[in-house]
Amino acid sequence: MNLKPDTLRKIDEAITHYPVKRSAALPLLHLVQEDQGYLSDEAIEWIAARLELQPINLYELVTFYPMFRRHPIGRRHIRICRTLSCALTGGYPVFEEFRRQFGCDLNEVSADGEVTIEFVECLASCGSGPIVMIDDDLYENVDVAKARVLADKIKAEAAKRP
Amino acid sequence: MPAPVQRRILLAHIDEPGYTSDIDCYLRHGGYGVMKRAIARQPEELIDEVKKSGLRGRGGAGFSCGLKWTLVDRKSGKPVYLVVNADESEPGTFKDRHLIHQDPHQLIEGIMITCWANNVRQAYIYIRGEFPQGARILERAIQEAREHRFVGRNILGTAYSCDVFVHRGAGAYICGEETGLIESLEGKRPYPRIKPPYFPAVLGLYQCPTIVNNVETICHVKHIADMGGDAFARIGTPNNTGTRIYCVSGHVRRPGYYEFEVGRITLGQLLYEVCGGPRPGRTFKAVIPGGSSAKVLKFGERFRVKLREGSMAEWSVEDIPLDFDYLSACGTMGGSGGVIVMDDSVNMVEALANINAFYAHESCGQCTPCREGSLWMRKITTRMVHGGARAQDGELLQSVADQIAGRTVCAFGEACAWPTQSFVQKFGDEFRQYAETKKTAKPVTPLV
Repeated sequence: MNLKPDTLRKIDEAITHYPVKRSAALPLLHLVQEDQGYLSDEAIEWIAARLELQPINLYELVTFYPMFRRHPIGRRHIRICRTLSCALTGGYPVFEEFRRQFGCDLNEVSADGEVTIEFVECLASCGSGPIVMIDDDLYENVDVAKARVLADKIKAEAAKRP
Repeated sequence: MPAPVQRRILLAHIDEPGYTSDIDCYLRHGGYGVMKRAIARQPEELIDEVKKSGLRGRGGAGFSCGLKWTLVDRKSGKPVYLVVNADESEPGTFKDRHLIHQDPHQLIEGIMITCWANNVRQAYIYIRGEFPQGARILERAIQEAREHRFVGRNILGTAYSCDVFVHRGAGAYICGEETGLIESLEGKRPYPRIKPPYFPAVLGLYQCPTIVNNVETICHVKHIADMGGDAFARIGTPNNTGTRIYCVSGHVRRPGYYEFEVGRITLGQLLYEVCGGPRPGRTFKAVIPGGSSAKVLKFGERFRVKLREGSMAEWSVEDIPLDFDYLSACGTMGGSGGVIVMDDSVNMVEALANINAFYAHESCGQCTPCREGSLWMRKITTRMVHGGARAQDGELLQSVADQIAGRTVCAFGEACAWPTQSFVQKFGDEFRQYAETKKTAKPVTPLV
């Protein structure tokens, strides 16, 4: 495993937070996924060894918790809330607009590797829906027009990348 | 009832221009002063204040906070843990997000007072994975508090030490259920535990006595320690004390979060006077008053309710006071305070299809009735909105829902059954009509 020094430091720190090592499973899965982009077999086995667990103890988490993924995603992660309050205020058309803008299907990586679009359950910002999360940033009251602006911004940032 | 005026205790500084989440700002506003006074008192006195306050949990169940603390097994010799439930996963609820993002030190002060009162040496904040910024804000705030000796070793120069760590979830609704949350914190799948014997107060985290309280509840503890339990109990209404944050979303002109004394505002006042009423040209059709699990209320239905003083009253939806008891008396619940409003543009079959998709996605799969039932409810409502509705679908949905509620380890069974039961019961004509017209989903706003 080729993890960044900062990730390794955070992993060491996270383990000290609990009297039982297994409790650090979710924190380590998050840290390794942030470092590597996804959780490979190698990553899962590495975490298992680090926590003195069997790989199955990690596989059962990765296959349960929706935020963990076994495959790489696009450079930008677009998550649109699907749940009732956002749907009532127009979440579905926003989702369709993002799909149209990037020409990719749900949960798939766009052809240029730039984005992955996900429809997720409640992001707990229901009063200002539709809600879109791009990477770690939250965007509120996103209508179709605003979705286009956000998509254009992502495209412009991609074009600038060397 | 008089015109509603917000009573902002928890939200006192939230959205105030210039108020920031750093400790200097909090200290300038008198921050950690209550904790300093609390730590000079006996822990039992603080537990008594919380008992006297009548505070009921703000996460959804409305269980007495003082009683929860009293039930903690203090004779076992095992450490007592505090776990703050910041999973905020009930659809329609977004108060904890703002309490965390905009005033994290209020929460940390509440945590430290709770820890002192209950002799806790280690607390965890279980925050949903979808709040990466919230987790960073809390981690920074805890570090600041550590540097000021409000958290960590030898707090405020005393012999008392207690640390707080942030633990991130990873997108599973069931982690909001307290025993599921504990399993998750132990590094497992969040399958809820069966009660008895696994009451967290006795056999919680690492099989040790554990207090699990919601973010808003813990923030209230700070203010109870400040003003005293009796003063807190005078806010709100009997058995429904203090203030609470109502989160309004959906079809109103001014959605948002508003803090009122519990029970001193009606649903009608909240929706018309505070939130500005329906959108132009629309009328209200239905409202879910306590997060998406709560049974739906239909505008136009009437309720006969026994008032606290003993007399009977007949209420419309608009007349219901927003508290725990009267909402229960009207067949629904105050839950998490998430009020989801639907106007006459909404078809209730489509709205239920949206809700059912959520619960089918989130069922943890441990108990067969819930795992299979939530899936079948989704399949049926999805089929209905895609042109395959049948006349008997309402009864079929009802029958599936009836076979889930009460037959599961945790309350998810009820949470996923109540929407279907109430939608079919109250809007049965729309379910029948859907079958007759073979309507396909081409609504004003698609919900599925």
